[in-house]
Amino acid sequence: MSDFPWQSAFEIRQQVAAGSVSALEVTRAYLSRAEELNPMLSCFLTIDYEGALASAAQVDRMRGGGEELGPLAGVPIAVKDNLCTRGVRTTCASKILGEYIPPYDAHVVEAVRASGAVILGKTNLDEFAMGSSNENSAFANVRNPWALDRAPGGSSGGSASATAAGLVPLALGSDTGGSVRQPAAFCGITAIKPTYGRVSRYGLVAFASSLDQVGPMARSVREASRLLEVLAGHDRRDATSADRETGAYLAACDRQVKGLRIGVVRDLIDGLQDGDVRAGTEAALSALEKKGAVLVDVSVPHAKHAVSVYYLIATAEASSNLARFDGIRYGLRVPGEDLAETYTRSRAQGFGPEVRRRIMLGTYALSAGYYDAFYLKAQRVRTLIRRDYDTAFERCDVVCTPTTPTPAFALGEKTGDPLEMYLADIFTLPPSLAGVPAVSTPCGLSAAGLPIGLQLVAPPFEEELLCTVAQSVEDECGLLDSHPSALG
Amino acid sequence: MADPKITLEQVLHVAKLARLTLSDEEARQMQAQLDAILGYMEGLDQLDVSDVPPTFHSIPMDAPLRPDVPERCSDRSEILAQAPASEAGGFAVPLVLEIEG
Repeated sequence: MSDFPWQSAFEIRQQVAAGSVSALEVTRAYLSRAEELNPMLSCFLTIDYEGALASAAQVDRMRGGGEELGPLAGVPIAVKDNLCTRGVRTTCASKILGEYIPPYDAHVVEAVRASGAVILGKTNLDEFAMGSSNENSAFANVRNPWALDRAPGGSSGGSASATAAGLVPLALGSDTGGSVRQPAAFCGITAIKPTYGRVSRYGLVAFASSLDQVGPMARSVREASRLLEVLAGHDRRDATSADRETGAYLAACDRQVKGLRIGVVRDLIDGLQDGDVRAGTEAALSALEKKGAVLVDVSVPHAKHAVSVYYLIATAEASSNLARFDGIRYGLRVPGEDLAETYTRSRAQGFGPEVRRRIMLGTYALSAGYYDAFYLKAQRVRTLIRRDYDTAFERCDVVCTPTTPTPAFALGEKTGDPLEMYLADIFTLPPSLAGVPAVSTPCGLSAAGLPIGLQLVAPPFEEELLCTVAQSVEDECGLLDSHPSALG
Repeated sequence: MADPKITLEQVLHVAKLARLTLSDEEARQMQAQLDAILGYMEGLDQLDVSDVPPTFHSIPMDAPLRPDVPERCSDRSEILAQAPASEAGGFAVPLVLEIEG
Protein backbone atom coordinates (compact mmCIF):
# COMPACT_ATOMS: atom_id res chain seq x y z
CA MET A 1 0.00 0.00 0.00
CA SER A 2 1.49 3.30 -1.00
CA ASP A 3 1.20 6.32 1.30
CA PHE A 4 -0.41 4.42 4.19
CA PRO A 5 -2.31 5.70 6.18
CA TRP A 6 -2.93 8.87 4.16
CA GLN A 7 -4.03 7.41 0.85
CA SER A 8 -7.47 8.36 -0.37
CA ALA A 9 -10.58 6.20 -0.63
CA PHE A 10 -10.12 6.35 -4.43
CA GLU A 11 -6.56 5.03 -4.23
CA ILE A 12 -7.55 2.22 -1.87
CA ARG A 13 -10.46 1.17 -4.04
CA GLN A 14 -8.31 1.30 -7.16
CA GLN A 15 -5.59 -0.86 -5.59
CA VAL A 16 -8.11 -3.37 -4.27
CA ALA A 17 -9.87 -3.56 -7.63
CA ALA A 18 -6.56 -4.00 -9.46
CA GLY A 19 -5.54 -6.72 -7.02
CA SER A 20 -2.29 -5.01 -6.01
CA VAL A 21 -3.50 -5.28 -2.42
CA SER A 22 -6.33 -7.27 -0.87
CA ALA A 23 -9.16 -5.72 1.11
CA LEU A 24 -8.08 -7.94 4.02
CA GLU A 25 -4.57 -6.48 3.97
CA VAL A 26 -5.96 -2.95 3.91
CA THR A 27 -8.37 -3.72 6.74
CA ARG A 28 -5.70 -5.37 8.91
CA ALA A 29 -3.38 -2.40 8.44
CA TYR A 30 -6.03 0.13 9.47
CA LEU A 31 -7.27 -2.05 12.34
CA SER A 32 -3.79 -2.23 13.77
CA ARG A 33 -3.35 1.54 13.43
CA ALA A 34 -6.69 2.05 15.21
CA GLU A 35 -5.64 -0.34 17.95
CA GLU A 36 -2.37 1.53 18.39
CA LEU A 37 -3.75 5.08 18.43
CA ASN A 38 -7.20 4.67 19.97
CA PRO A 39 -5.89 4.59 23.56
CA MET A 40 -4.49 8.08 22.91
CA LEU A 41 -7.38 9.54 20.88
CA SER A 42 -10.45 7.63 22.22
CA CYS A 43 -12.18 8.11 18.90
CA PHE A 44 -13.60 4.58 18.72
CA LEU A 45 -16.00 3.25 21.34
CA THR A 46 -16.08 -0.13 19.59
CA ILE A 47 -13.59 -1.56 17.12
CA ASP A 48 -15.38 -4.35 15.25
CA TYR A 49 -12.46 -6.61 14.29
CA GLU A 50 -14.62 -9.57 13.37
CA GLY A 51 -17.17 -7.64 11.32
CA ALA A 52 -14.49 -5.64 9.52
CA LEU A 53 -12.47 -8.71 8.54
CA ALA A 54 -15.64 -10.49 7.36
CA SER A 55 -16.64 -7.50 5.18
CA ALA A 56 -13.13 -7.31 3.74
CA ALA A 57 -13.09 -11.04 2.99
CA GLN A 58 -16.40 -10.61 1.18
CA VAL A 59 -14.90 -7.87 -1.03
CA ASP A 60 -11.93 -10.11 -1.83
CA ARG A 61 -14.28 -13.00 -2.68
CA MET A 62 -16.28 -10.78 -5.01
CA ARG A 63 -13.12 -9.63 -6.74
CA GLY A 64 -11.89 -13.20 -7.03
CA GLY A 65 -15.22 -14.21 -8.55
CA GLY A 66 -15.03 -11.43 -11.11
CA GLU A 67 -18.06 -9.61 -9.67
CA GLU A 68 -18.45 -5.90 -10.08
CA LEU A 69 -17.13 -4.02 -7.04
CA GLY A 70 -18.98 -1.17 -5.34
CA PRO A 71 -17.76 2.45 -5.42
CA LEU A 72 -16.08 2.13 -2.01
CA ALA A 73 -14.96 -1.51 -2.22
CA GLY A 74 -12.38 -2.27 0.45
CA VAL A 75 -12.34 1.27 1.87
CA PRO A 76 -12.29 1.45 5.70
CA ILE A 77 -14.98 3.64 7.23
CA ALA A 78 -15.93 4.65 10.78
CA VAL A 79 -19.57 5.01 11.84
CA LYS A 80 -20.79 7.35 14.57
CA ASP A 81 -22.20 5.39 17.46
CA ASN A 82 -25.70 6.84 17.18
CA LEU A 83 -26.27 4.95 13.91
CA CYS A 84 -27.69 1.49 14.37
CA THR A 85 -25.50 -1.42 13.30
CA ARG A 86 -27.06 -4.86 13.33
CA GLY A 87 -25.34 -7.06 15.91
CA VAL A 88 -22.82 -4.37 16.93
CA ARG A 89 -23.27 -2.39 20.16
CA THR A 90 -24.72 1.08 19.56
CA THR A 91 -24.38 3.21 22.68
CA CYS A 92 -24.93 6.87 21.71
CA ALA A 93 -22.10 7.34 24.26
CA SER A 94 -24.77 6.99 26.95
CA LYS A 95 -24.97 4.70 29.93
CA ILE A 96 -28.64 4.21 29.20
CA LEU A 97 -27.76 2.41 25.93
CA GLY A 98 -24.40 1.04 27.09
CA GLU A 99 -25.17 -2.55 26.12
CA TYR A 100 -27.72 -2.01 23.35
CA ILE A 101 -27.31 -4.25 20.30
CA PRO A 102 -29.61 -3.14 17.47
CA PRO A 103 -31.54 -5.81 15.56
CA TYR A 104 -31.23 -3.78 12.33
CA ASP A 105 -28.91 -1.55 10.29
CA ALA A 106 -29.57 2.15 9.73
CA HIS A 107 -30.30 3.04 6.10
CA VAL A 108 -26.91 4.71 5.74
CA VAL A 109 -25.17 1.68 7.23
CA GLU A 110 -26.89 -0.55 4.65
CA ALA A 111 -25.84 1.90 1.93
CA VAL A 112 -22.23 1.93 3.12
CA ARG A 113 -22.12 -1.87 3.26
CA ALA A 114 -23.62 -2.12 -0.24
CA SER A 115 -20.89 0.21 -1.54
CA GLY A 116 -18.28 -2.32 -0.42
CA ALA A 117 -16.87 -0.11 2.34
CA VAL A 118 -15.53 -1.91 5.41
CA ILE A 119 -16.90 -0.65 8.75
CA LEU A 120 -14.00 -0.65 11.23
CA GLY A 121 -16.06 0.36 14.24
CA LYS A 122 -18.27 2.84 16.03
CA THR A 123 -17.06 6.29 16.95
CA ASN A 124 -17.34 8.32 20.12
CA LEU A 125 -19.69 11.30 20.40
CA ASP A 126 -21.29 13.63 22.88
CA GLU A 127 -24.03 11.65 24.61
CA PHE A 128 -27.00 11.44 22.21
CA ALA A 129 -25.13 13.89 19.94
CA MET A 130 -25.68 16.71 22.43
CA GLY A 131 -22.55 18.80 22.67
CA SER A 132 -19.88 20.76 20.84
CA SER A 133 -16.69 19.34 22.35
CA ASN A 134 -17.25 15.60 22.79
CA GLU A 135 -16.80 16.13 26.53
CA ASN A 136 -20.33 14.82 27.14
CA SER A 137 -19.47 11.24 26.22
CA ALA A 138 -20.25 8.93 29.14
CA PHE A 139 -17.20 6.84 28.27
CA ALA A 140 -14.10 8.82 27.21
CA ASN A 141 -12.87 12.23 26.02
CA VAL A 142 -11.91 12.27 22.35
CA ARG A 143 -8.65 14.11 21.61
CA ASN A 144 -7.94 16.42 18.70
CA PRO A 145 -5.01 14.93 16.74
CA TRP A 146 -3.72 18.43 15.94
CA ALA A 147 -3.28 19.22 19.66
CA LEU A 148 -4.16 16.63 22.26
CA ASP A 149 -5.27 19.20 24.84
CA ARG A 150 -7.83 20.67 22.41
CA ALA A 151 -11.43 19.62 21.83
CA PRO A 152 -12.06 17.63 18.65
CA GLY A 153 -15.42 19.38 18.40
CA GLY A 154 -18.77 17.72 18.71
CA SER A 155 -20.85 15.93 18.54
CA SER A 156 -19.22 13.80 15.80
CA GLY A 157 -15.81 14.29 17.43
CA GLY A 158 -14.82 10.62 17.24
CA SER A 159 -15.49 10.44 13.51
CA ALA A 160 -13.59 13.70 12.89
CA SER A 161 -10.61 12.73 15.03
CA ALA A 162 -10.38 9.25 13.47
CA THR A 163 -10.46 10.67 9.94
CA ALA A 164 -7.97 13.45 10.65
CA ALA A 165 -5.59 11.03 12.37
CA GLY A 166 -5.54 8.62 9.44
CA LEU A 167 -7.37 5.82 11.27
CA VAL A 168 -9.86 5.79 8.39
CA PRO A 169 -10.20 7.78 5.17
CA LEU A 170 -13.97 8.15 5.59
CA ALA A 171 -16.52 8.44 8.38
CA LEU A 172 -20.21 8.94 8.97
CA GLY A 173 -21.43 11.60 11.35
CA SER A 174 -24.74 13.19 12.17
CA ASP A 175 -25.51 16.89 12.27
CA THR A 176 -28.36 18.53 14.18
CA GLY A 177 -26.89 22.00 14.75
CA GLY A 178 -23.37 21.63 13.38
CA SER A 179 -22.28 18.22 14.61
CA VAL A 180 -20.40 17.19 11.46
CA ARG A 181 -19.26 20.67 10.41
CA GLN A 182 -17.86 21.97 13.69
CA PRO A 183 -15.70 18.89 14.46
CA ALA A 184 -14.59 18.87 10.81
CA ALA A 185 -13.44 22.47 11.22
CA PHE A 186 -11.64 21.71 14.50
CA CYS A 187 -9.90 18.61 13.08
CA GLY A 188 -9.05 19.96 9.62
CA ILE A 189 -11.28 17.74 7.48
CA THR A 190 -14.34 18.20 5.23
CA ALA A 191 -17.92 17.37 6.21
CA ILE A 192 -21.22 17.93 4.47
CA LYS A 193 -24.57 18.44 6.18
CA PRO A 194 -27.02 17.58 3.41
CA THR A 195 -30.39 19.25 2.89
CA TYR A 196 -32.93 18.04 5.44
CA GLY A 197 -34.50 14.98 3.79
CA ARG A 198 -31.62 14.27 1.38
CA VAL A 199 -30.35 11.33 3.44
CA SER A 200 -32.61 8.90 5.28
CA ARG A 201 -32.67 9.12 9.07
CA TYR A 202 -33.89 5.51 9.41
CA GLY A 203 -31.79 3.93 12.15
CA LEU A 204 -30.25 7.22 13.33
CA VAL A 205 -31.11 7.49 17.02
CA ALA A 206 -33.33 10.58 17.10
CA PHE A 207 -32.18 13.75 18.87
CA ALA A 208 -34.17 16.58 17.21
CA SER A 209 -36.17 15.08 14.38
CA SER A 210 -36.80 18.28 12.40
CA LEU A 211 -33.05 19.01 12.27
CA ASP A 212 -31.13 15.69 12.30
CA GLN A 213 -29.25 14.72 9.12
CA VAL A 214 -26.52 12.14 8.51
CA GLY A 215 -23.45 13.55 6.77
CA PRO A 216 -20.22 12.33 5.15
CA MET A 217 -16.79 13.19 6.64
CA ALA A 218 -13.44 12.81 4.85
CA ARG A 219 -10.04 14.43 4.49
CA SER A 220 -10.79 15.66 0.96
CA VAL A 221 -13.81 17.28 -0.68
CA ARG A 222 -13.83 14.63 -3.43
CA GLU A 223 -14.02 11.75 -0.95
CA ALA A 224 -16.80 13.45 1.02
CA SER A 225 -18.65 14.05 -2.25
CA ARG A 226 -18.30 10.42 -3.29
CA LEU A 227 -19.57 9.27 0.10
CA LEU A 228 -22.55 11.62 -0.20
CA GLU A 229 -23.43 9.86 -3.48
CA VAL A 230 -23.53 6.58 -1.55
CA LEU A 231 -25.72 8.00 1.23
CA ALA A 232 -28.18 10.21 -0.66
CA GLY A 233 -31.51 9.02 -1.94
CA HIS A 234 -35.09 8.26 -1.06
CA ASP A 235 -35.97 5.75 1.63
CA ARG A 236 -39.61 5.17 2.47
CA ARG A 237 -38.74 4.10 6.02
CA ASP A 238 -38.09 7.78 6.82
CA ALA A 239 -41.30 9.77 6.28
CA THR A 240 -39.27 12.97 5.77
CA SER A 241 -36.94 11.43 3.18
CA ALA A 242 -37.08 13.49 -0.02
CA ASP A 243 -38.22 11.63 -3.12
CA ARG A 244 -36.13 13.48 -5.68
CA GLU A 245 -33.11 13.06 -7.94
CA THR A 246 -29.76 12.97 -6.22
CA GLY A 247 -26.78 14.82 -7.67
CA ALA A 248 -23.49 13.86 -9.28
CA TYR A 249 -21.47 15.22 -6.37
CA LEU A 250 -18.08 13.87 -7.36
CA ALA A 251 -18.37 15.24 -10.89
CA ALA A 252 -19.42 18.59 -9.39
CA CYS A 253 -15.95 18.86 -7.82
CA ASP A 254 -14.46 19.27 -11.30
CA ARG A 255 -16.65 22.24 -12.24
CA GLN A 256 -15.27 25.77 -12.25
CA VAL A 257 -16.31 28.46 -9.79
CA LYS A 258 -15.93 31.09 -12.52
CA GLY A 259 -19.04 33.25 -12.56
CA LEU A 260 -20.53 31.78 -9.39
CA ARG A 261 -21.73 34.39 -6.92
CA ILE A 262 -20.37 33.91 -3.40
CA GLY A 263 -22.48 35.65 -0.76
CA VAL A 264 -20.22 37.14 1.89
CA VAL A 265 -21.81 37.84 5.26
CA ARG A 266 -19.61 40.87 5.69
CA ASP A 267 -20.79 42.20 9.07
CA LEU A 268 -20.29 38.80 10.59
CA ILE A 269 -16.79 38.28 9.18
CA ASP A 270 -15.70 41.81 10.14
CA GLY A 271 -17.04 41.20 13.64
CA LEU A 272 -14.87 38.13 14.25
CA GLN A 273 -12.76 38.45 17.38
CA ASP A 274 -10.31 35.77 16.27
CA GLY A 275 -7.77 37.21 13.84
CA ASP A 276 -6.71 33.81 12.53
CA VAL A 277 -10.26 32.80 11.62
CA ARG A 278 -10.83 36.18 9.96
CA ALA A 279 -7.59 35.89 7.98
CA GLY A 280 -8.37 32.31 6.91
CA THR A 281 -11.82 33.30 5.75
CA GLU A 282 -10.51 36.29 3.81
CA ALA A 283 -7.81 34.17 2.20
CA ALA A 284 -10.41 31.66 0.98
CA LEU A 285 -12.60 34.45 -0.38
CA SER A 286 -9.65 36.02 -2.23
CA ALA A 287 -8.76 32.63 -3.68
CA LEU A 288 -12.30 32.13 -4.96
CA GLU A 289 -12.32 35.63 -6.43
CA LYS A 290 -9.01 34.95 -8.16
CA LYS A 291 -10.58 31.89 -9.77
CA GLY A 292 -13.36 34.00 -11.22
CA ALA A 293 -16.08 33.77 -8.58
CA VAL A 294 -17.94 36.99 -7.87
CA LEU A 295 -18.13 38.17 -4.27
CA VAL A 296 -21.38 39.86 -3.26
CA ASP A 297 -22.35 41.15 0.17
CA VAL A 298 -25.35 39.47 1.76
CA SER A 299 -26.76 39.41 5.27
CA VAL A 300 -28.55 36.89 7.45
CA PRO A 301 -29.91 39.44 9.92
CA HIS A 302 -31.75 36.99 12.18
CA ALA A 303 -28.78 34.63 12.54
CA LYS A 304 -27.97 36.36 15.80
CA HIS A 305 -31.08 34.74 17.30
CA ALA A 306 -30.12 31.25 16.12
CA VAL A 307 -28.69 30.10 19.45
CA SER A 308 -31.95 30.92 21.27
CA VAL A 309 -34.14 29.45 18.55
CA TYR A 310 -32.10 26.29 18.18
CA TYR A 311 -31.73 25.55 21.88
CA LEU A 312 -35.50 25.87 22.33
CA ILE A 313 -36.54 23.79 19.31
CA ALA A 314 -33.85 21.12 19.55
CA THR A 315 -34.33 20.61 23.29
CA ALA A 316 -38.12 20.48 22.93
CA GLU A 317 -37.83 17.78 20.29
CA ALA A 318 -35.19 15.98 22.34
CA SER A 319 -37.34 15.95 25.46
CA SER A 320 -40.02 14.19 23.45
CA ASN A 321 -37.68 11.81 21.58
CA LEU A 322 -35.83 10.78 24.72
CA ALA A 323 -39.07 9.91 26.53
CA ARG A 324 -38.68 6.44 25.00
CA PHE A 325 -35.75 5.69 27.29
CA ASP A 326 -37.65 4.46 30.30
CA GLY A 327 -35.95 1.19 31.19
CA ILE A 328 -38.72 -1.00 29.80
CA ARG A 329 -38.04 -2.12 26.22
CA TYR A 330 -34.28 -1.70 25.89
CA GLY A 331 -31.35 -0.13 27.66
CA LEU A 332 -30.61 0.36 31.31
CA ARG A 333 -33.26 -0.47 33.93
CA VAL A 334 -32.76 0.60 37.53
CA PRO A 335 -35.66 -1.03 39.40
CA GLY A 336 -37.77 1.08 41.78
CA GLU A 337 -40.69 0.42 44.09
CA ASP A 338 -43.18 0.84 41.27
CA LEU A 339 -43.28 1.59 37.56
CA ALA A 340 -42.98 5.37 37.96
CA GLU A 341 -39.95 5.02 40.19
CA THR A 342 -38.40 2.57 37.73
CA TYR A 343 -38.72 5.22 35.01
CA THR A 344 -37.20 8.01 37.05
CA ARG A 345 -34.36 5.95 38.49
CA SER A 346 -33.41 4.51 35.09
CA ARG A 347 -33.43 7.97 33.50
CA ALA A 348 -31.66 9.74 36.36
CA GLN A 349 -28.85 7.19 36.38
CA GLY A 350 -28.77 6.54 32.64
CA PHE A 351 -28.55 10.12 31.34
CA GLY A 352 -25.56 12.39 31.87
CA PRO A 353 -25.70 16.05 32.96
CA GLU A 354 -25.97 17.71 29.52
CA VAL A 355 -28.71 15.35 28.33
CA ARG A 356 -30.66 15.95 31.55
CA ARG A 357 -30.20 19.71 31.16
CA ARG A 358 -31.56 19.62 27.61
CA ILE A 359 -34.49 17.41 28.55
CA MET A 360 -35.30 19.88 31.32
CA LEU A 361 -35.06 22.93 29.05
CA GLY A 362 -37.15 21.26 26.35
CA THR A 363 -39.77 20.04 28.79
CA TYR A 364 -40.02 23.55 30.23
CA ALA A 365 -40.35 25.13 26.76
CA LEU A 366 -43.21 22.78 25.92
CA SER A 367 -44.97 22.91 29.28
CA ALA A 368 -48.33 24.52 29.93
CA GLY A 369 -48.09 28.30 30.07
CA TYR A 370 -44.67 28.49 28.36
CA TYR A 371 -45.35 26.85 24.98
CA ASP A 372 -46.39 30.10 23.25
CA ALA A 373 -43.69 32.23 24.84
CA PHE A 374 -40.82 29.87 24.09
CA TYR A 375 -41.42 26.98 21.70
CA LEU A 376 -43.92 28.62 19.35
CA LYS A 377 -42.01 31.89 19.36
CA ALA A 378 -38.82 30.05 18.44
CA GLN A 379 -40.60 28.36 15.52
CA ARG A 380 -41.77 31.79 14.30
CA VAL A 381 -38.27 33.26 14.45
CA ARG A 382 -37.09 30.15 12.59
CA THR A 383 -39.28 31.35 9.72
CA LEU A 384 -37.41 34.68 9.72
CA ILE A 385 -34.08 32.84 9.47
CA ARG A 386 -35.42 30.78 6.55
CA ARG A 387 -36.59 33.95 4.83
CA ASP A 388 -33.14 35.52 5.35
CA TYR A 389 -31.65 32.68 3.30
CA ASP A 390 -34.38 32.95 0.63
CA THR A 391 -33.48 36.63 0.25
CA ALA A 392 -29.73 35.97 0.26
CA PHE A 393 -30.06 33.28 -2.43
CA GLU A 394 -31.77 35.76 -4.75
CA ARG A 395 -28.40 37.54 -4.88
CA CYS A 396 -25.90 34.70 -4.64
CA ASP A 397 -25.34 30.97 -5.27
CA VAL A 398 -23.72 30.08 -1.96
CA VAL A 399 -23.41 31.91 1.35
CA CYS A 400 -19.99 31.91 2.99
CA THR A 401 -19.04 32.30 6.67
CA PRO A 402 -16.46 30.69 8.92
CA THR A 403 -17.64 27.40 10.45
CA THR A 404 -16.68 28.41 13.98
CA PRO A 405 -15.78 31.71 15.71
CA THR A 406 -12.44 30.27 16.90
CA PRO A 407 -10.20 27.28 16.12
CA ALA A 408 -10.46 24.30 18.50
CA PHE A 409 -10.81 25.49 22.08
CA ALA A 410 -9.08 23.73 24.97
CA LEU A 411 -10.64 20.68 26.63
CA GLY A 412 -12.29 21.84 29.84
CA GLU A 413 -12.44 25.47 28.68
CA LYS A 414 -16.23 25.66 28.37
CA THR A 415 -17.52 22.74 30.41
CA GLY A 416 -18.39 24.91 33.43
CA ASP A 417 -20.75 27.17 31.47
CA PRO A 418 -23.31 25.49 29.19
CA LEU A 419 -24.40 28.79 27.62
CA GLU A 420 -20.80 29.59 26.66
CA MET A 421 -20.62 26.20 24.91
CA TYR A 422 -23.91 26.84 23.06
CA LEU A 423 -22.68 30.23 21.79
CA ALA A 424 -19.77 28.52 20.01
CA ASP A 425 -22.37 27.05 17.57
CA ILE A 426 -23.49 30.44 16.28
CA PHE A 427 -22.44 29.92 12.63
CA THR A 428 -23.56 26.33 12.12
CA LEU A 429 -27.05 26.70 13.62
CA PRO A 430 -28.74 28.99 11.04
CA PRO A 431 -28.43 26.56 8.07
CA SER A 432 -29.70 23.71 10.27
CA LEU A 433 -32.76 25.71 11.26
CA ALA A 434 -33.43 26.59 7.61
CA GLY A 435 -32.93 22.96 6.49
CA VAL A 436 -30.44 24.03 3.82
CA PRO A 437 -27.24 22.11 2.98
CA ALA A 438 -23.84 23.26 4.21
CA VAL A 439 -20.24 22.10 4.06
CA SER A 440 -17.22 22.82 6.23
CA THR A 441 -13.85 22.55 4.55
CA PRO A 442 -10.40 23.60 5.79
CA CYS A 443 -9.07 27.00 4.67
CA GLY A 444 -5.78 27.19 6.53
CA LEU A 445 -4.04 26.92 9.88
CA SER A 446 -3.95 29.37 12.77
CA ALA A 447 -0.67 30.77 14.08
CA ALA A 448 -0.77 28.01 16.71
CA GLY A 449 -1.10 25.38 13.97
CA LEU A 450 -4.80 24.62 14.44
CA PRO A 451 -7.12 24.08 11.45
CA ILE A 452 -9.63 26.74 10.41
CA GLY A 453 -12.90 25.74 8.73
CA LEU A 454 -14.86 27.62 6.07
CA GLN A 455 -18.61 27.08 5.89
CA LEU A 456 -20.49 27.26 2.59
CA VAL A 457 -24.29 27.16 2.50
CA ALA A 458 -26.45 26.45 -0.57
CA PRO A 459 -30.19 26.50 -1.38
CA PRO A 460 -32.19 23.31 -0.65
CA PHE A 461 -30.98 20.25 -2.62
CA GLU A 462 -28.11 22.19 -4.26
CA GLU A 463 -25.33 20.13 -2.64
CA GLU A 464 -23.50 20.03 -6.00
CA LEU A 465 -22.76 23.75 -5.65
CA LEU A 466 -21.16 23.07 -2.27
CA CYS A 467 -18.92 20.41 -3.80
CA THR A 468 -17.83 22.74 -6.61
CA VAL A 469 -16.97 25.69 -4.39
CA ALA A 470 -15.44 23.61 -1.56
CA GLN A 471 -13.16 21.88 -4.07
CA SER A 472 -11.83 25.26 -5.23
CA VAL A 473 -11.20 26.25 -1.62
CA GLU A 474 -9.36 22.98 -1.04
CA ASP A 475 -7.25 23.47 -4.19
CA GLU A 476 -6.14 26.93 -3.06
CA CYS A 477 -5.96 26.77 0.74
CA GLY A 478 -6.70 23.18 1.84
CA LEU A 479 -4.72 21.05 4.27
CA LEU A 480 -4.33 17.85 2.25
CA ASP A 481 -0.55 18.03 2.41
CA SER A 482 -0.26 18.69 6.13
CA HIS A 483 -0.97 16.01 8.68
CA PRO A 484 -1.80 16.44 12.37
CA SER A 485 1.31 17.31 14.31
CA ALA A 486 0.33 15.69 17.64
CA LEU A 487 0.63 12.16 16.27
CA GLY A 488 4.43 12.26 16.46
CA MET B 1 -31.40 41.29 41.79
CA ALA B 2 -33.92 40.67 39.01
CA ASP B 3 -36.52 37.96 39.39
CA PRO B 4 -35.22 34.58 38.29
CA LYS B 5 -36.54 33.32 34.93
CA ILE B 6 -37.13 29.96 36.53
CA THR B 7 -37.49 29.16 40.25
CA LEU B 8 -36.26 26.14 42.14
CA GLU B 9 -39.87 25.08 42.57
CA GLN B 10 -40.42 25.20 38.79
CA VAL B 11 -37.25 23.20 38.24
CA LEU B 12 -38.53 20.45 40.51
CA HIS B 13 -41.93 20.51 38.77
CA VAL B 14 -40.32 20.21 35.31
CA ALA B 15 -38.09 17.38 36.56
CA LYS B 16 -41.23 15.55 37.63
CA LEU B 17 -42.82 16.08 34.21
CA ALA B 18 -39.65 14.77 32.54
CA ARG B 19 -39.44 11.73 34.86
CA LEU B 20 -36.07 12.81 36.21
CA THR B 21 -34.90 13.07 39.78
CA LEU B 22 -32.43 15.69 40.93
CA SER B 23 -30.54 15.84 44.21
CA ASP B 24 -30.76 19.14 46.11
CA GLU B 25 -27.36 20.16 44.80
CA GLU B 26 -28.25 19.16 41.22
CA ALA B 27 -31.52 21.06 41.41
CA ARG B 28 -29.78 24.23 42.61
CA GLN B 29 -27.20 23.99 39.84
CA MET B 30 -29.87 23.23 37.23
CA GLN B 31 -31.85 26.28 38.37
CA ALA B 32 -28.82 28.56 38.00
CA GLN B 33 -27.89 27.18 34.57
CA LEU B 34 -31.42 27.23 33.14
CA ASP B 35 -31.87 30.73 34.53
CA ALA B 36 -28.80 31.96 32.65
CA ILE B 37 -29.91 30.23 29.42
CA LEU B 38 -33.48 31.53 29.64
CA GLY B 39 -32.13 35.00 30.45
CA TYR B 40 -30.08 34.93 27.26
CA MET B 41 -33.14 33.75 25.30
CA GLU B 42 -35.03 36.87 26.38
CA GLY B 43 -33.27 38.47 23.41
CA LEU B 44 -36.06 36.98 21.30
CA ASP B 45 -38.44 39.46 22.93
CA GLN B 46 -36.96 42.22 20.74
CA LEU B 47 -38.81 40.65 17.82
CA ASP B 48 -42.51 41.02 17.16
CA VAL B 49 -43.36 37.81 15.35
CA SER B 50 -47.07 37.66 16.09
CA ASP B 51 -47.81 37.79 12.33
CA VAL B 52 -45.08 35.36 11.30
CA PRO B 53 -46.15 31.74 10.76
CA PRO B 54 -44.12 29.10 12.59
CA THR B 55 -41.78 26.74 10.69
CA PHE B 56 -42.25 23.23 12.01
CA HIS B 57 -40.75 21.65 8.88
CA SER B 58 -37.91 23.48 7.17
CA ILE B 59 -38.39 21.66 3.85
CA PRO B 60 -42.12 21.48 3.04
CA MET B 61 -43.40 18.09 1.95
CA ASP B 62 -46.63 16.10 2.03
CA ALA B 63 -47.01 13.17 4.37
CA PRO B 64 -46.19 10.15 2.19
CA LEU B 65 -48.50 7.13 2.11
CA ARG B 66 -47.61 3.55 1.30
CA PRO B 67 -49.92 0.86 -0.08
CA ASP B 68 -51.94 -0.77 2.71
CA VAL B 69 -50.24 -4.13 2.39
CA PRO B 70 -49.09 -6.19 5.38
CA GLU B 71 -45.33 -6.46 5.76
CA ARG B 72 -43.07 -8.59 7.86
CA CYS B 73 -41.94 -6.85 11.02
CA SER B 74 -38.85 -7.52 13.09
CA ASP B 75 -38.31 -10.83 14.81
CA ARG B 76 -39.90 -10.80 18.26
CA SER B 77 -37.18 -12.77 20.01
CA GLU B 78 -34.48 -10.42 18.68
CA ILE B 79 -36.32 -7.44 20.08
CA LEU B 80 -37.04 -9.06 23.43
CA ALA B 81 -33.38 -10.01 23.70
CA GLN B 82 -32.66 -6.28 24.20
CA ALA B 83 -35.24 -5.85 26.96
CA PRO B 84 -34.02 -5.55 30.57
CA ALA B 85 -36.63 -8.19 31.49
CA SER B 86 -39.01 -10.28 29.40
CA GLU B 87 -41.50 -13.00 30.16
CA ALA B 88 -43.87 -15.12 28.10
CA GLY B 89 -43.08 -13.32 24.86
CA GLY B 90 -43.57 -9.83 26.29
CA PHE B 91 -41.75 -7.07 28.18
CA ALA B 92 -41.82 -7.70 31.91
CA VAL B 93 -42.56 -4.60 34.01
CA PRO B 94 -43.13 -3.95 37.72
CA LEU B 95 -46.66 -4.58 38.94
CA VAL B 96 -48.97 -1.75 37.86
CA LEU B 97 -52.31 -2.87 39.39
CA GLU B 98 -52.93 -4.98 42.46
CA ILE B 99 -55.10 -7.93 41.48
CA GLU B 100 -57.38 -9.17 44.23
CA GLY B 101 -58.36 -12.70 44.47
